Amino acid sequence: MKKVYGSAAEALDGLLQDGMLIAAGGFGLCGIPELLIDAIVESGVKDLTVASNNAGVDGFGLGKLLDTKQIKKMMSSYVGENAEFMRQYLSGELELEFNPQGTLAERMRAGGSGIAGFYTKTGYGTQIGEGKEVKVFNGEHYILEEGIFADLAIVKAWKADDTGNLVFRKTARNFNPPAAMCGKVCVVEVEEIVPRGSLDPDHIHLPGIYVHRIIQGQHEKRIEKVTTRPREEA
Amino acid sequence: MAWDRNQMAARAAQELEDGMYVNLGIGIPTLVANYVGDKDITLQSENGMLGMGPFPFEGEEDPDLINAGKQTITELARTSYFDSAMSFGMIRGGKIAAAILGAMEVAENGDLANWMIPGKLVKGMGGAMDLVAGVEKVVVVMDHTNKHGDSKLLKECTLPLTGKGVVDRIITNLGVLDVVEGGLKIVECAEGVTEEELRAATEATLV
Repeated sequence: MKKVYGSAAEALDGLLQDGMLIAAGGFGLCGIPELLIDAIVESGVKDLTVASNNAGVDGFGLGKLLDTKQIKKMMSSYVGENAEFMRQYLSGELELEFNPQGTLAERMRAGGSGIAGFYTKTGYGTQIGEGKEVKVFNGEHYILEEGIFADLAIVKAWKADDTGNLVFRKTARNFNPPAAMCGKVCVVEVEEIVPRGSLDPDHIHLPGIYVHRIIQGQHEKRIEKVTTRPREEA
Repeated sequence: MAWDRNQMAARAAQELEDGMYVNLGIGIPTLVANYVGDKDITLQSENGMLGMGPFPFEGEEDPDLINAGKQTITELARTSYFDSAMSFGMIRGGKIAAAILGAMEVAENGDLANWMIPGKLVKGMGGAMDLVAGVEKVVVVMDHTNKHGDSKLLKECTLPLTGKGVVDRIITNLGVLDVVEGGLKIVECAEGVTEEELRAATEATLV
């Protein structure tokens, strides 16, 4: 079982195909697989559908794949921080499927758990519910949402061991575990690969069974909105 | 006279009870955290955190620690982290006692519109649809009228809905109203606002 690869390009070798569905972890720019995104840009693969809560910002994260027009369709809950995204969307070059944030997360979790669909109250009576099956349980209306089965998951974690057991850090966990779960193949980039046995088995956030390839690298970890309070308040 | 942003936030804070797990939206709802006083409130951030702390001191920002508004924040002794699926599991599952959020329109039957204006820039609903569908008590904090002076409390929403029949209470610059059978019920008027003024600024049926 060899899961550790030398670079993002090596780790993605043989996995990329035009028109494929990729699930990506991250929330805003927090916990995004920035090295794998760069390698996908380099590969030139196109017509991608990407399931990701957000679409990066201009020139960073998934924004890079938008700049090169490699993405055909986004499945997201919020795309407000990206001017190039809006330009492509409004001109009809880019398809967009809005998903409520919790529905998107659960669709990934479900896909990775062998659940083809589930009923949720979220979105009932709104545009999101239009055309979807409605069912009443205990007097309340639910709509049918389908699991996401991605061809590839790209994920960022804090630490991994060489068997793919993952530990995330603070709110950088976000969509990474559900995205990892729903990929037929899951490639993970981490800040540090640690020796087998050095992670406490009780403190693993995502077991290595979900992880197929791992790389270690330097991350920029850009902050989208720096907010601070004055020292005097201490 | 009417309430300003901070007074609206302070009034909204009165909705919170000791021991509650609460989700605050962006804008005026964020200010509510400044007015909880001695109450033991745990703030949820839907990107995967319970026990959200204040903004960090300059130089102590952590790119791995942000809130749902993508702002840098801090953790507390009680903080826990989890993934987005679990985060919305607790939201949809009714574990969050209250959500306080902004709105563009609220209808007298509790319909809420706050995520898109057709023909304008559409940014997305984020977690708003899940929150209003799943959270026990949904409190809207917003101005009573829009910038043209038109009521935002309507008989029917004109904008695409975020949720159907989901709002419990509305706190505006003019007062507090509850969604009840048949329409909205005035709970209180803001300082210096008469009931007549509040009625005149409201399109929704008042009962």
